[in-house]
Amino acid sequence: MKTLLNIDECLNAGKDQVGGKTYCLAKIHSHGIRVPKTLCVPCKVYEDYLHQSRLKDRIFFEINRMPLEQMRWEEIWDTSLRIRNYFLNTPVPATIEKNLAGLIDTYCGNNAVAVRSSAPGEDGASTSFAGLHDSFLNVSGTGDIIKHIKLVWASLYSDAALLYRKELGLDIQTSRMAVVIQELVPSDRSGIFFGLNPSSSNESVVESVYGLNQALVDGDIEPDRWILSRSTGNVIRHTDPVRKRYAAPGNTGIMFHDLEDHEAQTPPLSPDEIHQVWKTGKRLEQIFGKPQDVEWTITNDELIILQARPITSTGFTETDDKRSWYLTLHRSYENLKTLYDKIEHHLIPEMISEADKLKQQDLEILSAQALCSEIERRQKIYDDWVKIYWADFIPFAHGIRLFGQVYNDAVAPEDPYEFMNLLENTGLKSMERNSLIEKLARMIRNDKDLKTALENERIPDPGHPFRMLLDSFVDQFGDLSCTIGSGSECEYGENAIIQLLLEFAGRPAKSRKSNEIDTTQLKDRYIKSFPVDRRDFAEDVLYLGRESYRLRDDDNIHLGRIEAGLFDALQEGRRRLVDPGTTANDIEILLKAPGLSLTQKDQNQEETIFSDKTAIEKWISSRQIVGHPAGPGISSGRARLIKTPQDLLSFKQGDVLVCRGVDPNMTFVVPLAAAVVEERGGMLIHGAIIAREYGLPCITGASNAMKLIEDGNQITVDGYLGIITCRTEDL
Amino acid sequence: MSDNRKQTLNNIADLFESQNFAVLSTQQDNQPYSSLVAFAVPPDLKFFYFLTPNTTRKYQNLKANPKVSILVNNIRNNAEDIYNAVSVTGTGVAEVIDKAIEQKALDLFLGKHPNLKKFSQAPTTAFIRIAMHRYFMVNRFQNVVEIKVK
Repeated sequence: MKTLLNIDECLNAGKDQVGGKTYCLAKIHSHGIRVPKTLCVPCKVYEDYLHQSRLKDRIFFEINRMPLEQMRWEEIWDTSLRIRNYFLNTPVPATIEKNLAGLIDTYCGNNAVAVRSSAPGEDGASTSFAGLHDSFLNVSGTGDIIKHIKLVWASLYSDAALLYRKELGLDIQTSRMAVVIQELVPSDRSGIFFGLNPSSSNESVVESVYGLNQALVDGDIEPDRWILSRSTGNVIRHTDPVRKRYAAPGNTGIMFHDLEDHEAQTPPLSPDEIHQVWKTGKRLEQIFGKPQDVEWTITNDELIILQARPITSTGFTETDDKRSWYLTLHRSYENLKTLYDKIEHHLIPEMISEADKLKQQDLEILSAQALCSEIERRQKIYDDWVKIYWADFIPFAHGIRLFGQVYNDAVAPEDPYEFMNLLENTGLKSMERNSLIEKLARMIRNDKDLKTALENERIPDPGHPFRMLLDSFVDQFGDLSCTIGSGSECEYGENAIIQLLLEFAGRPAKSRKSNEIDTTQLKDRYIKSFPVDRRDFAEDVLYLGRESYRLRDDDNIHLGRIEAGLFDALQEGRRRLVDPGTTANDIEILLKAPGLSLTQKDQNQEETIFSDKTAIEKWISSRQIVGHPAGPGISSGRARLIKTPQDLLSFKQGDVLVCRGVDPNMTFVVPLAAAVVEERGGMLIHGAIIAREYGLPCITGASNAMKLIEDGNQITVDGYLGIITCRTEDL
Repeated sequence: MSDNRKQTLNNIADLFESQNFAVLSTQQDNQPYSSLVAFAVPPDLKFFYFLTPNTTRKYQNLKANPKVSILVNNIRNNAEDIYNAVSVTGTGVAEVIDKAIEQKALDLFLGKHPNLKKFSQAPTTAFIRIAMHRYFMVNRFQNVVEIKVK
């Protein structure tokens, strides 16, 4: 079989070889309807590539490292990133490449093309998972086209595809991917046609925007919408949106531009054109025997069909899990830029100001009723910020991933996480906090009298330099013991932080790692791998990635301060409840506040979740536990399992931090740790970020580590391989 | 017995039942030596039986140093093995037992390897029992659990 088929050869090759998308286009073309000039790299080429390069074995190894169902979304993204990098780094075997390159050169020359996925089974009859696989616009030059063919192949294992692997029937042994190479049609106007309106069987729907229809499909631009009679094509009603922008091919995907005034005031389609779209849609329905979901574009007044598929329910909405939400985390560069502006210039300053205001308020002077209202108000403030955290902060973290992808596509490094080196040292808030802790510890280290006083629980008077710095620390970051968990921990008060500082003081001063990697050189290589006219874009994506990395941590610190504000109010309420001077009437009022009761909240509640003693038993023990290597290095120490926030306060120098997930408000103990082990997986989670900042070995995604490792046991953490070895008796 | 231990022992028993051969490692004078042996185990996995001519190097080795280890796995010699295969290493102490006295154990062994009946009857064939101390089960490339049986 040829490595590149022209559209006339695709029908004969069959759907199994060319995939659903190409097969449909070939059929439309065979009926004399205009489609873009289309070529197809059949599945056989993908199979030969995988087989001859032995890439198949590597993908299998990667996918089976850990059961996919046990992976969090972030780990699935990591898996997908590694697989994508294998494709980028695995050359197409010489004989295939020579043949393919010759044909691409002949057919495409230097013209810009679109490189799209066309998997057999994609756009299937009952469900549609469109968008799980990648498509690239504006690709030119034979080398670049082949590179993007590999990226489309790689997207068979995109994170989205891995999430929906069951529904897709994704199987490394049998799944295949064909690739469509299409002329890039300059879209003046474009849109979709729905042969059958899902909400009324007598109607059809046309939607249209100026420019590319990607923005319409992604929901970025609101289209003009016409409801038509399904039988006559007559317009029943028209929805006229506010037209402002249009999409055009950009550096990654699409870019938005403002419309000219006259366009903004005129619908993109004339009545004749609406009718022409309807008429063509009806013809497609006759050809395929079912109402169609059609994507089309108009260039130089000619209607071109980009894609047609039967109207199906989408697979995404039928599932009731969180996967469809995860998919929304994929943000475009444009979208992330807008989000960054909102977070950096509005949300973060608002959070800081909110937390400051909470801190400044004197709770002691409030009446019982006022305190009660204040607790309610603070609970609402906190809840609102948590919502914003999920809606804006979490999606913004995708900036790190976007940069990672852009970096890997440009540089194709051996190590798919090389890009992380360019994200470090961004001045994380938690690092600032930790260096303040180090400064306080140094004061204790250098002043024996101070040390003795603190050991005897005597805190120096206000005005003492240590006390001043400590107060400023608590002002900025809250009392650590309060912010690490529920309000019940606040009773530990300042003593807890003093204990922690004494522990810090008991060890030699330790700074964060000196960066051994020459990041200047790395950055230079990254920027220079872009053509001159795209280097600004490369800089911008790096900047966005660094900001995303920094804010990923900082937002949690700020949220922690707002949470601490809520705890302060609750603590004041609790204090009054046990104060003998409080009147019965006031107690009655206070008890109405959320979170206040006469019986102390069961502090061991968390403990009971973890004290699953049956899991650890003497006759069986884990010798090796495998997770993902997330910070290089090897280190041994006593395992310190963090089951409750209080456990952090007794963390000792040289312990290995073992936990479900490092919360950013917990990271202050990391400088004391010999290594970090997290059950939660992912390369970009807080624990991994902070561990890397300190150059500590770190393993994430070590499932059941909290059950398999016993508190106090000696363990060795191999951060190169992601293996935890538990010391057991001699053989 | 915890479910976890029970499950792991069941997995080991299943693997042992599915495999006819094990690698036996012995050593003498700091020189390890590996051999392939047909084996059988009782349901509680406390012992591990095999036959060997008493002229073999493995026989000489285990007489000189009875501390031995065994390895059983279900590899199929393909790329998937690295994740799908399960491998069990066992450690223990070997001794030569009397075929006539340990008839029950020999029946267990010959029940699994009826083709070795004639071989077992030769006066030069020794019946070896390893009293197992521990098993190490490896799956998914590097996950290792350790079980004591003695």
